[in-house]
Amino acid sequence: MISKEFAMDVVKAALHKGASDADVIIRDGDEFSVTVRMGEVETIKNVAAKKLGLRVFSGRRSAITSTANLVWTSVEALISETLALAKITSEDPVSGLPGAEEFSAGVEDVGIFHADVQALTLEARIDMARRVEKAALSVDPRILNSEGGEFSNSVGTLVLANSRGFAGEYRGTSASIVAVPIASENGSMQRDYWFSVKRSAAALESPELVGRKAAERALRRLGARSVKTQAVPVVFDSSMAASLIGTLCDAVCGSAIFRKSSFLVDKLGETIASRGVSIVDDGRLPGGLGSRPFDGEGLPSRVTPVIENGVLVNYLLDTYSAKKLSLQSTGNAARGVSTPPSVGPSNFYLKAGPYRPEEIIRSVSRGLYLTEMIGFGVNTVNGDFSQGAVGLWIENGELAFPVEEITIAGNLLDMFKNIEMIGNDLEFRSAIAAPTLKIAEMVISGQ
Amino acid sequence: MNAKADTFFENQYGITPRDIERLLEIGLTRGGEFAELYLEFRENDNLFLEESIIKNATKSVTQGIGLRVISGEKTGFACSDDLTFARMAEAAKAASFIASHGQSSRPAAASPPLPNPRDLYPIDEPILNAEMAAKLQLIQEADGVARACDPRIKEVRVSLANESKIILVANSEGTYVVDVQPLSRLNVNCIARDNGNQQVGTHGGGGRVAMDFFREHPPEYYARQAARQAILQLEATEAPAGQMEVVMASGWPGVLLHEAIGHGLEADFNRKGFSAYSGRMGERVAADVCTVVDDGTIPYRRGSLNVDDEGTPTHRTVLIENGVLCGYMFDRLSARLMGAHSTGNGRREDFASVPIPRMTNTFLLAGSADPEEILRSVKRGLYVVSLSGGQVDITNGKFVFSTSEAYLIENGKVTKPVRGATLVGNGPDVLTKVTMVGHDLNLDEGIGTCGKDGQSVPVGVGTPTIKISEMTVGGTQS
Repeated sequence: MISKEFAMDVVKAALHKGASDADVIIRDGDEFSVTVRMGEVETIKNVAAKKLGLRVFSGRRSAITSTANLVWTSVEALISETLALAKITSEDPVSGLPGAEEFSAGVEDVGIFHADVQALTLEARIDMARRVEKAALSVDPRILNSEGGEFSNSVGTLVLANSRGFAGEYRGTSASIVAVPIASENGSMQRDYWFSVKRSAAALESPELVGRKAAERALRRLGARSVKTQAVPVVFDSSMAASLIGTLCDAVCGSAIFRKSSFLVDKLGETIASRGVSIVDDGRLPGGLGSRPFDGEGLPSRVTPVIENGVLVNYLLDTYSAKKLSLQSTGNAARGVSTPPSVGPSNFYLKAGPYRPEEIIRSVSRGLYLTEMIGFGVNTVNGDFSQGAVGLWIENGELAFPVEEITIAGNLLDMFKNIEMIGNDLEFRSAIAAPTLKIAEMVISGQ
Repeated sequence: MNAKADTFFENQYGITPRDIERLLEIGLTRGGEFAELYLEFRENDNLFLEESIIKNATKSVTQGIGLRVISGEKTGFACSDDLTFARMAEAAKAASFIASHGQSSRPAAASPPLPNPRDLYPIDEPILNAEMAAKLQLIQEADGVARACDPRIKEVRVSLANESKIILVANSEGTYVVDVQPLSRLNVNCIARDNGNQQVGTHGGGGRVAMDFFREHPPEYYARQAARQAILQLEATEAPAGQMEVVMASGWPGVLLHEAIGHGLEADFNRKGFSAYSGRMGERVAADVCTVVDDGTIPYRRGSLNVDDEGTPTHRTVLIENGVLCGYMFDRLSARLMGAHSTGNGRREDFASVPIPRMTNTFLLAGSADPEEILRSVKRGLYVVSLSGGQVDITNGKFVFSTSEAYLIENGKVTKPVRGATLVGNGPDVLTKVTMVGHDLNLDEGIGTCGKDGQSVPVGVGTPTIKISEMTVGGTQS
């Protein structure tokens, strides 16, 4: 039932009932996860769900509905309901589907489906969860407890068809393992985690490696303390660098730009970061966690340079925001089943620099090596940045002691302009990735 | 609650009490001790205004069943969005595999649901089913008012999100309940701009309410608040950095309790021994002026429920009494393994999620201090009126929250507004530093959503005005 043909039939029926344009998205997915805690299976979860999303246009008005009920009579009723709903919205002069000429004929293979994920037996999956936790628990006697080890995998199909002649379908898989050990010493506890997530089971890092790293991360936090309020260099480890790049990603999305709710409004062509900073969005990265052959509107994935040597060269755009800004879509429409397309990244990353992470740490006489941020203190409208922070204090180029209960603050524009060093350790652990980086100075608030 | 809801799944999908019994039986065939099913039918609609036009209207219908089987500490879970008996039975079988030995046991007979003992959201019609024209009027009114507040208000976005959910929970111990849960929220977001300086203001409210709620709390109110906050931020200075006295205003700043205390007292973390509060029952964890409760029984509130998602009636649970830790929030599993009773805190995002202990409405009870007097007692500090969010690491107790409206207090007077600051602290420590508690307890206006294990659920928070003798404020001005 879930096929391009079915989706095209729905589009046809919508036109037949009076829609001027329509598109249909169907997502069908299976997710599995198993958690092992203290050596025992704790939870086994199987989730299967499919959903159809329908968008209809009645001239410049549009509405969206979604349902899990794909019986044809129900779908027909849904079409009528959606058309009625469109009538209550306003004429929006820039609304509409992409032009027929913007779609490409074939669907490119971006390497995101691997049959080995589904081929794993239940025993093998449980074993991975068991091994990753066991590896974490056996690193050190101070790892006495654990939130568990988990293996999870998913397989999903996405079908998209519209009244401009596009119909496409792709499948994707993923597999992941994670360990969350708890270290304790002198009556205080620290929890940390580490994980591996890939498109194929064979590409996963070994559970032993992941478990060990999770334990080391928890152990190095023991005895953490606050430091005095001061301004110092901050080294973002690769995960935190990716998180920082993610905030920039929010600010270059066309939706934030046309709403003028971004600190990067009107900055195209300007230097907004230090010279070493080059950022790319690549929807075709083979096997990438953010890769897909086409975006949420059916436009082909592509490579979009966002920042080149510190200069902002492109925003990320879907059709709507592109029209608003008199630009062309960059194939960055993100699409939920029950929500209108919005702008989102594919694989969004900061290109690697020349430095080994150890060299970057060594360049700091006194500062913070940032390993975790918590809170919601990032304002991409004005660039204000203030987050709870956890990390290791750097003294004379060496990691000296763990710190917590501090904040780091600055303004995103200043922070990007003050990126002094970029590491050579770029690794795609998520769809947004970055190597280790150093910001010349930020305010740390503590005691 | 009406008779129509009681038979909804039978009328709509042909699922009879006998089918439910059979599904629970299938769940127990491999020797599980407890089987449960959760049927959900949910409708959502969402209206969104931007640039003074109705840009989007969306509607969605979600249906599904989640089946859970428990064997000792193990949980097997499977779900299906196809409500035919064959597919539901497949899911029940998949869930049953968690138990691998022992005899199959029989569930208690599924008798048709008893009427709920109370109705905390006695409304005739959820806003979801209200006239579209009336809904559109709400968001258009908010837009007009916000734009008229000040010429520096340049962008206004208004959304109205409505939900109506019917759940049926049945388990092998004889629980069989149905609840119809309405939920609505209106939100206004303003951007103010002046000479390249641009700032945001947000305000909203709602609950498990009908249209009359927005007559008593008109959109105009939320619009004015959002516009006021955005304009105020234009004039705000950068936040200070360092340790200082902090006064939290009454209402939404109760997020502090939710993060600093609430999560750490959810029973799952304590059963497994990795909450900063593990093993501290009966100990002093707050100043004696502090009594904290979680109360899911307050009518019409966003965090309230007649029954939780395991069919247990919600309670008012005292978590901290006069500074002493005295209660955890339990779901069924944690309660069973810890020899306690569920407190009606077993919640789940939807049919595809496993229930876990969650908060409902969590707040600090009123004290006796005059709020004005609390402010007057501060020499140099921060007055926090609104927050944009918070987060906690429950293992080490460290929490943070970010301010969206805050002011400096200088010599007992509220002076300059300051821009987004982050406050950090330690849960088991921060309430010991509460030195004054106001008499002005307020709950938030119905906007909270809490995330845990990837599941979002609506919650409420509240606090009277309180003074904390020392917290770390993370700004840029040393």
